[in-house]
Amino acid sequence: MKPLRRRRLIIVLSVITGLGIAIGLGLFAMQKNINLFYQPSDVQTAPQGVLIRLGGLVVENSVKRDSDSLKVQFGLTDNATDMTVYYTGILPDLFREGQGIVTMGKLDGEGRFIATEVLAKHDENYMAPEVADALMKADVDARIRKQKKP
Amino acid sequence: MIPEIGNLALNFALAIALLQFILPLVGLSTNRWRLVLLAKPMATALFIFVSIAFAALAWSFYINDFTVAYVASHSNRFLPTAYRLGATWGGHEGSLLLWVFILASWTFAVAMMSRTLPAMTRARVLAVLGAVAIGFLSFILFTSNPFDRLLPIYPVDGSDLNPLLQDPGMVFHPPLLYMGYVGFSVAFAFALAALLEGRIDALWARWVRPWTLAAWMFLTMGIATGSWWAYYELGWGGWWFWDPVENASFMPWLIGTALLHSLAATEKRGVFKAWTTLLAIAAFSFSLLGTFLVRSGVLTSVHAFANDPVRGTYILVFLGIVVGASLLLFAMRASTVSVTSWFGALSREALFLWNNLILAVVTVMVLIGTLQPIIADLLELGKVSVGPPYFNMVFNILMTPLVFLVALGPVVRWREYSFSELVVKSRIAFVLALVIAAVSLLGASGKTGSEMAQVYLGIFLASWVTIMTFKEWWSQANRKSGFKWRKVNTSYYGMMFAHLGLVIVVVGVVLSSHLSVEKVIRMGPAQKQEVNGFVFEFVGITQRKASNFDALRGEFKVYKNDKLLATLNPEKRQYHASGQWMTEAGIDSSLFRDLYVAMGEQLPDSTDWAVRVYIKSFVMWLWLGGLMMAFGALISILDKRYRSRESK
Repeated sequence: MKPLRRRRLIIVLSVITGLGIAIGLGLFAMQKNINLFYQPSDVQTAPQGVLIRLGGLVVENSVKRDSDSLKVQFGLTDNATDMTVYYTGILPDLFREGQGIVTMGKLDGEGRFIATEVLAKHDENYMAPEVADALMKADVDARIRKQKKP
Repeated sequence: MIPEIGNLALNFALAIALLQFILPLVGLSTNRWRLVLLAKPMATALFIFVSIAFAALAWSFYINDFTVAYVASHSNRFLPTAYRLGATWGGHEGSLLLWVFILASWTFAVAMMSRTLPAMTRARVLAVLGAVAIGFLSFILFTSNPFDRLLPIYPVDGSDLNPLLQDPGMVFHPPLLYMGYVGFSVAFAFALAALLEGRIDALWARWVRPWTLAAWMFLTMGIATGSWWAYYELGWGGWWFWDPVENASFMPWLIGTALLHSLAATEKRGVFKAWTTLLAIAAFSFSLLGTFLVRSGVLTSVHAFANDPVRGTYILVFLGIVVGASLLLFAMRASTVSVTSWFGALSREALFLWNNLILAVVTVMVLIGTLQPIIADLLELGKVSVGPPYFNMVFNILMTPLVFLVALGPVVRWREYSFSELVVKSRIAFVLALVIAAVSLLGASGKTGSEMAQVYLGIFLASWVTIMTFKEWWSQANRKSGFKWRKVNTSYYGMMFAHLGLVIVVVGVVLSSHLSVEKVIRMGPAQKQEVNGFVFEFVGITQRKASNFDALRGEFKVYKNDKLLATLNPEKRQYHASGQWMTEAGIDSSLFRDLYVAMGEQLPDSTDWAVRVYIKSFVMWLWLGGLMMAFGALISILDKRYRSRESK
């Protein structure tokens, strides 16, 4: 082989090896850091102790603050099932009852959802696409059940 | 009347963009020089008409013309004037108009400052820019016209600009960011012109470099201002969230950085020609992808607004056409630009290759993480999100060798360099950096093992690059006889500033991530809390009224060793028009630490508040470093070898 060709071959091979290693590494990292989205209707099927996201509408009159700490709990609903979320800390400015929000957290041993992060996005008319989908899905499921019953 | 003029100007601009695209190319293929020479006046006309449209929209905001639907939904009678200007690009339609305005400005700049460019090349470059303008102008006119009227019933006061955007950051951040995004269109146009001509040489690289540097400078400043804005405005002290939209601005930056280096190699040594054009195409394609991600609302992001899917589809199609057509051209013509130079395994060319490879891989990894939720959704694998740990891990592992190599780039010579000489030149710096990092660990005592390791690595890398950069500069300035700082040329100083800026950012990232203390506590008026040696006293709450909001203003005094350091005034604001609450953090910045207080909410049945109290170490270094990198680019642009050809 000509030296120029050989050099090119070496470059191409090392590039491919490097890319392969990087992408393999990345996929490995991603596998551990991917967070699945659940809604109140199906959150009990989620694995315990794994970081997941739970989204829905904040139930009216459900926000309860602890009197001497920063603990707070509130209900989330997809209009089919309600789920209580436990959180410690400051709720975002746009957190409001009736508002669509996404929380990040884990299910504990008793099936309670302990949130570590509450996300309410910065536009009042905005609803996270996941939450909008979740509401629609719950609505469709309810209708299917209704049709099946009679 | 004014909005109609704006609308008319936009329509004219579209017609001109069409001519700017078609006429020069027809002229070139039929050898009609008059048509070829039309490119420049067309670019001027495009700039004039888009400017008129942009001015018309800004004017409508200035005079509160709420009969214009876009103005009515993004402004308010009581909004301060500076924010009304910012509101011009505060929503979808206006930000696209800003995009086109900046595109027309870059096009105009290219037309004006290309006297030495062969007329054929100039015509091709301007034709490509015209094609990009067609895409965006028709997008605005057919799906998102900012001049649509709201008649006969229009609101008297307007509905208001989103309170988060009512900030000086809104006036600077989007224009700077767009200057960067859109600036890569120039490098893109040059790359396509070069592929069409089948000629890429040192001269071509020398034309493209200042334009790429300028775009990169603006993008750097845009990202830095955005990060700083998020830090003080979102009220939780973060400065980078790996949010899809942040990633969207970061990917063109990474590719742009790779492009700057490969352009240098193309100019000096005539290597990486095809790769350079591919990077130029990629940088602009990533800018378009960023626009798509922001404007389509397909991803959950801090920047996402309620959006119309038609618009997303349009940009996606446009993106597909631009990327597809340019890659097709690349595939057909790349083989015509052949490599003529040889280089060894240890040479500056080889180091630049590593730089490009790492940056490209980082970009791909960020891209995968960003698009994974969309891909999973399309494949019905469920709704997923990829968290910051993924990005942090991938980024840290890949960037560590890159930063290490930054120290060697200026030392290693073109063509070939001896390994033993490199060892001789760098061993003292290497040992010194290891020692400095060890000493600095004393300041990080009491941290966990992995935190200590990361601080050590970060400080080592920073010291290593700093020492090597200054050492090489010193030997360059002393070459032949005696020290003279002008022996080193202007662009070398630009490179030094950019590399040292990177060092400062690295220090900022590492130390602010690992040494900062963040506490969320419950505090009532007159209470004191000690955080890491600083005593925070919550004095009380007062009320304050502004033209468009009411605020609860907290007063916090911070003491260290009984000495008053700062008085902080965080606020909770309620905006009149929307009723929305906003948190304004109280921050005392200094070179080595920021004191940061943000009020959360008042707790029920008490006078206590939930308060975030942060001591952020070295956080200013992030933005100072970014600014310094941008400054380095500015200095490089001023190098006389880019100007001398102008005066000839």
